[in-house]
Amino acid sequence: MTQENSRNPLVPYGLVKAHMMMSFVVILIVVIAGLGYSMQFIDLYPLKDIAFFSPGRVRMVHTQAVAYGWLANIFFAIVLYMIPKLTNKPILSEKLGWFVFWAYNTLVVLTVVLILAGFGQAQEWGETPVILDPFIALVVVLYVVNVVTSIWRGRHEPYYVTIWYVLAALIWTPLVFVMGNFLPEFVFAGTGGATISSMYIHDLVGLFVTPIGTGMVYYLLPVLMRKPLFSHSLSLIGFWGLAFFYPMNSVHHYLYSPIPMWAQYASIIASVGVHVVVYTVVFNVIATMASDWKKVTSNVSLQFFLVGALSYLVTCIQCAVQVTLTFQEIIHFTDWVVGHSHLVLFGTFSFWAFAWIYYLFPRLLNTPIYSASLTRWHFWLSFIGIVVMDIDLLAGGLVQGFMWKSLVPFIDSVVASKPFWWVRTLSGVAIFAGTMCFFINMVMTWKESRLPKTSEVPALDSELARG
Amino acid sequence: MNRLERFSTIFLIAGFCFFIMALLALGIAPALMTSGIPEDGGMPKEIPAEFQVYYKDLNEYHEALFLGRDIYIKEACWHCHSQYVRPVGGESMMYGAVSTPGEYENLLNRPHLFGTRRVGPDLTREAGKKSNDWHFAHLYDPRSTTPNSVMPGYTWYYDESTNPPTPKKEAIAVVAYLQQLGSWVKDGKRTVHDLNEVTLPPAEE
Repeated sequence: MTQENSRNPLVPYGLVKAHMMMSFVVILIVVIAGLGYSMQFIDLYPLKDIAFFSPGRVRMVHTQAVAYGWLANIFFAIVLYMIPKLTNKPILSEKLGWFVFWAYNTLVVLTVVLILAGFGQAQEWGETPVILDPFIALVVVLYVVNVVTSIWRGRHEPYYVTIWYVLAALIWTPLVFVMGNFLPEFVFAGTGGATISSMYIHDLVGLFVTPIGTGMVYYLLPVLMRKPLFSHSLSLIGFWGLAFFYPMNSVHHYLYSPIPMWAQYASIIASVGVHVVVYTVVFNVIATMASDWKKVTSNVSLQFFLVGALSYLVTCIQCAVQVTLTFQEIIHFTDWVVGHSHLVLFGTFSFWAFAWIYYLFPRLLNTPIYSASLTRWHFWLSFIGIVVMDIDLLAGGLVQGFMWKSLVPFIDSVVASKPFWWVRTLSGVAIFAGTMCFFINMVMTWKESRLPKTSEVPALDSELARG
Repeated sequence: MNRLERFSTIFLIAGFCFFIMALLALGIAPALMTSGIPEDGGMPKEIPAEFQVYYKDLNEYHEALFLGRDIYIKEACWHCHSQYVRPVGGESMMYGAVSTPGEYENLLNRPHLFGTRRVGPDLTREAGKKSNDWHFAHLYDPRSTTPNSVMPGYTWYYDESTNPPTPKKEAIAVVAYLQQLGSWVKDGKRTVHDLNEVTLPPAEE
């Protein structure tokens, strides 16, 4: 068939598809665990008094599934698709890729089971059991070697901006993982351990999720808009600013803690630096879209991109205020921070991942998306869900913070939070329903692709607009 | 080709140099400033009176503290209870003395358990605020002691064949761990809520 011929032989399509479909399964775990955990707060938790499903353990499954199951799988898929196309060179070995796929996802399943069985690690965002950490690190290194080979082979041609981000992120990810999972566990106790682990908390988002997410947008946005990026120099500033400032943001997760004050001040200054840099990315994205708003309203991927970019803008403005000591006094330890992280990881990076899925999945399968109406439901339920959740948690966080400052008994702040927790669960129901629409849509698309072809299929997009 | 867009520049400068620089400057350097576990591990030197019925010698007590700490980790207690008191927001009146780096230099704090969220109160000054019996009841069914609590119960650490249920080894270890938190602080654990003369109006449902 002609579509088959237009496929790029350098891209390991089977691998891309496998990682992507795995991410569909994991996002179900994510929303079920998140929704279930939130029900504990309003006394509706369905699996009371069962050790294996204790809410505390389910919470760790929720965050670990977000980072290592859902985002990692979808990012692995997209990077495997983008990089060979951009460099025009193959990855090291497809066999190695399949080994990484099976090994990595076995580790994801083991992580979920072992955390529920009571082997969680005391490292925020790194609760993967200690015994699995060396294996995860090893498999991630293999993935990195596999992809960086392709980038290395293409070094004589100019790199598109996406490659800078992906290359840097692939170096950072194993470094960050090893640092955060081993140093506080085995080397530094107490305050010193907290210093390192704050670096891990921030770098996981800043040096793994953010650069790959940004790289993804820089690739697909010009393809969909059929326009080059608004500005190449802005993306250059954005990248180097991120590389320089982001690793130093760490200690802002433990302000007013016993960590030396100079380190706290330095991390605040670096955080303000990074948020200035981030505006270059947001501006670049929005300015590229602004060249043709009509197109944005007619393409679902672009809608997801737009919401993601706006969420990113909001989180960055939030970030700039909330890292200050004045703000931290009130909002630290409250639901404000929880709202912020949902806006970052769901509102921004998951939305960007959805944009990619709606673009790439039908092309991988040579089958159009099963239902446009399910797609619309997914978009609107997720959008309304995350907006309501964020506003609700920010407001709830302020209530908690000010009540604590007024020195009322702690339990009063819990009572005052309950209405906010109700709204949070309801917004979680919306996100859950949206994700179900998404999942059903993808499964049906996959099923249809297995039937004999009857309708016209979209051609594979082989071109890439360069900035 | 722009120097900033080369493989080597991105690989070495962005990938390694900036990261290692930040790790050394804002990770290792402050960590070294506040690190130094004493040779004996910084563990308590005697068994508190109310735990002498459970533990005969100091080693047994230390093992129980580690067991309690491990349960505190695996049940993710640290996700809803922080373990440091900040010098702002009246926290020293709410919980007790402000935390200092030296307090955390013992083996129980590797890995550290600072926490980043308070769904429940801070626990680092918990020692002696409540009785052991309060803790046993609270851990089994938090609402039996705190009617509006959203904390889950940990019934699987109790022997339920008896009436009332009796705490197993694990539950005793958790309480031993909690009663140890802040036990090293002699003064400065009293809070505004210890002044029972002032009874605040009951919270509305």
